[in-house]
Amino acid sequence: MRLPRLHRRITRALPLTPALVLLLLFLAGPIAYCVYIAFTDLQLTGQAHSSFVGFDNFRRAFRDDAFLNAVWLTLVFTVLSSLVGQNTLGLALAALMKRASKPVRTVTGGVVITAWVLPEVVAGFLLYAFFRREGTLNAILERLHLPAQNWLFTLPVLAVSFANVWRGTAFSMLVYSAALDEIPSEITEAAEVDGAGGWRRMWHITLPMIRRSIGTNLMLNTLQTLSVFGLIWVMTRGGPGDKSQTLPLFMYEQAFQNSMIGYGTAVALLLLLVGSLFSVVYLRLLRTEV
Amino acid sequence: MPRERASRRLAADAGLIAVALAFALPLAWVLLSSVDAHPDLKVKVPDGFTFGNFDAVLTPDIVYTPLLNSLILCGGATALTVVCAALAAYPLSRFRSRLNRPFLLTILFATSLPITAIMVPVYALFVRVNLIDTLQGTFFFFAASQLPFAIWLMKNFMDGVPKELEEAAWTDGASSFQSLVRIVLPLMGPGLAVVTVFSFVMMWGNFFVPFMLLLTPDQMPASVSINEFFGNRGMVAYGQLAAFSVIYSTPVILLYVLVARRLGGGFALGGAVKG
Repeated sequence: MRLPRLHRRITRALPLTPALVLLLLFLAGPIAYCVYIAFTDLQLTGQAHSSFVGFDNFRRAFRDDAFLNAVWLTLVFTVLSSLVGQNTLGLALAALMKRASKPVRTVTGGVVITAWVLPEVVAGFLLYAFFRREGTLNAILERLHLPAQNWLFTLPVLAVSFANVWRGTAFSMLVYSAALDEIPSEITEAAEVDGAGGWRRMWHITLPMIRRSIGTNLMLNTLQTLSVFGLIWVMTRGGPGDKSQTLPLFMYEQAFQNSMIGYGTAVALLLLLVGSLFSVVYLRLLRTEV
Repeated sequence: MPRERASRRLAADAGLIAVALAFALPLAWVLLSSVDAHPDLKVKVPDGFTFGNFDAVLTPDIVYTPLLNSLILCGGATALTVVCAALAAYPLSRFRSRLNRPFLLTILFATSLPITAIMVPVYALFVRVNLIDTLQGTFFFFAASQLPFAIWLMKNFMDGVPKELEEAAWTDGASSFQSLVRIVLPLMGPGLAVVTVFSFVMMWGNFFVPFMLLLTPDQMPASVSINEFFGNRGMVAYGQLAAFSVIYSTPVILLYVLVARRLGGGFALGGAVKG
C-alpha cells in the first residue's frame, strides 16, 4: 500500500521538474549568489581572489553620498510617478470612462494602452524627443508664450517621472476599470438618489469598495517603478551628473563603470530587500485568493 | 435628469480627450517623423512625404539581423516558458497536496521581485560559469525570469477548465499527460494565448537583460541594437530612428491587439494581472 502511494505522488509531481530546475538554476541560484557576493570585495577586472568583507559594502553605502542621492531620487521617482502619477491618473481615467461615450472611451483606451505596450527603449526615445530643447513640449509652451527650457537638463527627475507615468498608467487604468465594473450599480444609484454628489460618492462609496484593488495596484506599480532602468538610461543615462540616477542606474555604474561588482551587488541586495518587502505586503493583500 | 447625465457625459468626454491628446503627442511624433523627409524633434506635418527612412534602415545590419535575433531569442524562450508553465500548472491545478499552497505563494512572491536588481550578480555568475555572451544563457535566464508569472497565470486559467471533462478520459485509461495535452490545453486556448503573448511581449521589449548578458554585436536583439543605433546615429537621423522604432514596435502591438480582441476587450490582461 505504501509504495504505490509514494509512486503515485512522485508521478504526479513529475511535471513540475522542468520548471523547478529552471527556477532553481536561473533564479534562486543568482539570488543566493547575490547574497554571497554582496559580502565580498569582488571586482570586475584582474582580480584572482575576492575575500569576505562582512558588512563593509553596506557600511560604505550608507556613508556614500552618491548612494544616498540615488536612494533619494528613487524615492522621488517612485512617489511622483507611481503613487501620485500612474495611480491617480489611472483611477481618474477609469472613473471617467464609465461615464464617457463609447468612441471616446475606445480611442482613449487605445492610445493609453499603446503607450504601455511599446517596448521600453522606444518609449524612452519618444519621451526624449518630447522633452528635449527642440522638442514638442517646448514648441507648445512657446506657442502659449510660456518659458521653454531643456527639461532633461533642468528637471531630469521630473521628465523621467512623467515618462514613467506616460508608459505605466495603462496598467492602473485596467486594474481600476475592472474594479469599478464590479461595484453593483444599485449601490451608486442609491447614493445618487440620496443626493450624494460625485466627489462624496467617490470618497465614501467607490474608494472604500475598491480598496483592495488600490492596495494591489500600488504594490505592483511600486515594484515595477523600482526596477525601471531602460527608460531612464535612454533619456538621461542618469545625468546630467547624477541628477536622475536612481538605484538601478547607480548599481549599474558601480558594478561596470567603477568595476566594483561586490559593492554594486550590495546595492542590488538592498533593492531586492525593499522589493521583497513590497512583495510580501502584496501577498498579504491577496491572501484570501490563494 | 437626462440633461444632467448628458452634460456629465460631455464633461467626461472632454476630460478623456484632453488626456488622450497628451498621450498621443509622443506617438504622433514617431509616426509622422518616420515618413518625414526633414524630421526634427517636434510633432509636425511631414515636410515632404517619404519612405526613405524605412529604406535606409531596412538593411541586414540595422534591422533584419537584430529582429531575427529577437525572434529566435524571445520566441525560443517563450516556447520554453509556456511548455514548463503548462506542465507545472497541471499538478498544481488538479491534485491536492499540502505543498501546493507554499509553492504557489513562493511563485507569486517571485513574480513581483525586481529582476533588474539581480542582473549584476547574474552577470558575475554567468562570467564564472562561462554563460556570458551566449545565446543559451540569455535564453534560459529569460525563460526563468518569466516563468513564475506564467505558472501563476496558467494555473488560474487551468482552474477554469472543469475537472469532470477529464474524469471520463481517466476512466478510459488516459494518463494525466494525455488528458493535459488532448483535453485541458485545447479547452484553454485563449488562456494559453494570453500566457504566450504576454511572455513574448515582455521579452521582446526587455532591454536590461540582453544589455547585460550579451556582448557580441551580431547576437544582439533589437532592444539593444536600437539603443546603439540611437547612440551612434539616431541623435541626428531622427527619421531613421523613428522608422526603426515603428518596425520594432509593430509586432508587439499587433500581438496585443490579437489577444485583446479574442478575449473581448483589452481589459482581460488587466484582470489576469490583478491575480
